[in-house]
Amino acid sequence: MSHTETLSRTPLYALHVELGAKMVPFAGYEMPVQYPLGILKEHQHTRAAAGLFDVSHMGQVKLIGAEAAAALETLVPIDVIDLPVGLQRYALFTNDDGGILDDLMVANFGGGVLYVVVNAACKAQDIAHLKSKIGHRCEVVELTDRALLALQGPAAATVLARHAPAVAELTFMHCTRVELAGVECYVSRSGYTGEDGYEISVPADHAEALARLLLAEPEVQAIGLGARDSLRLEAGLCLYGHDIDTSTTPIEGSLLWAISKARRPGGERAGGYPGAAVVARHIAEGVQRKRVGLLVKDKVPVREGAELVDADGHTIGKVTSGGFGPTLGAPLAMGYVASAHAALGTPLFAMVRGKPVAVEVAKTPFVPQRYYRS
Amino acid sequence: MSQIPAELKYVSSHEWLRLEADGTVTVGITEHAQELLGDIVFVELPKVGAVLGDGEQAGVVESVKAASDVYAPIEGEVVAVNGELEAAPELANSEPYGQGWFFKVKPSNVADLDKLLNAEQYAQEIGA
Repeated sequence: MSHTETLSRTPLYALHVELGAKMVPFAGYEMPVQYPLGILKEHQHTRAAAGLFDVSHMGQVKLIGAEAAAALETLVPIDVIDLPVGLQRYALFTNDDGGILDDLMVANFGGGVLYVVVNAACKAQDIAHLKSKIGHRCEVVELTDRALLALQGPAAATVLARHAPAVAELTFMHCTRVELAGVECYVSRSGYTGEDGYEISVPADHAEALARLLLAEPEVQAIGLGARDSLRLEAGLCLYGHDIDTSTTPIEGSLLWAISKARRPGGERAGGYPGAAVVARHIAEGVQRKRVGLLVKDKVPVREGAELVDADGHTIGKVTSGGFGPTLGAPLAMGYVASAHAALGTPLFAMVRGKPVAVEVAKTPFVPQRYYRS
Repeated sequence: MSQIPAELKYVSSHEWLRLEADGTVTVGITEHAQELLGDIVFVELPKVGAVLGDGEQAGVVESVKAASDVYAPIEGEVVAVNGELEAAPELANSEPYGQGWFFKVKPSNVADLDKLLNAEQYAQEIGA
């Protein structure tokens, strides 16, 4: 963004400053990158107890109307029509080339209302896309009056259930409406850390009260975007604009799992989304390059942009996310490699400041996911 | 506020220097530098025997956030490096003026130290 534009603030801006956060520009917002605890300890605290994240910069949208699910299916390779009430799914907006426009969450709250969460950096474009492509079939309403909090970690369920016992019953990717801090919230058991936890959509004017209520719990610390990034990287989750973008298809991005069976070739509602022919071809014929996890065999962090080379020094790919994994206790990365080099265990080198650093294609997540499934 | 020991010399790229009794100069990064960097997870040091020019890149510090270069604050030959940083890079966070030192040089001209910043000037430089 240009420096003449002013940065937006979330409803929790004053609280972040009060807590001593270091604020940085991110996707057009002034966001907390870390608190006085620091990224490393914030990361470890989230895995050990519970972390509270302000993710109010993300876009929240309601699609309203009897045709909303059928309409949304024309934009994503996901089964939305048969998405049960009270369940949420991960989805991708694709373009005509099969590239990924954004990744998102879709939740069915019943009564013909779908609740969608999109990335902050893409939200203006996503909302325009929804309005122009399906605005004639359902109402597209951006929820600008709501904040979004995430409570993540092994203690998240205990903490949140103290205020709303019903949330203990939710399993991973289920959602419900509950009252928290005296106001109705949309709560889903999901997140972006690999831990058990919740995302909580709360009216903006109640966001600070809810955040203070949760921060007053002994298990909870405020966690910034820095730790959010290292947590999601250890969990093997993609960051849009880095690990996936318009130049990568879902298959190149190793996201076949996200394409519902009903929408794959041979499925009951196969295709019917932008770029479906390209994606079908990639499923059938394979791809030239794939996103893989990379364990670093040295202590030096390998970061986004590092070239990946084979034993003969030929460039075969590029790192798209990388850093130090505090729980792993070692550097880790993900990136794209030519498919011939994508098998688990393949030894490669990442070029860091002109020197080859040994890496190995590895299974993700790097740290076991601990979602609550039953 | 950041600690800036009065007996040390400084450069604006946030390295400190201490003249030892044997005529060598110990170099590290300042408390202010480690605060800016955040949690340090990797330190790359120069090779013993390397001759570094004033301001020449001497190493790299990687924090959880980013990589930053470390510069030689004075011309000289590297005579020792702090091997402990390999296993415990966090020493540069916890003891930047003690166990977290980076390397020692034998300066080409020890009088070069006089041209560097004193504690008061460095404090001004960083707005402390």
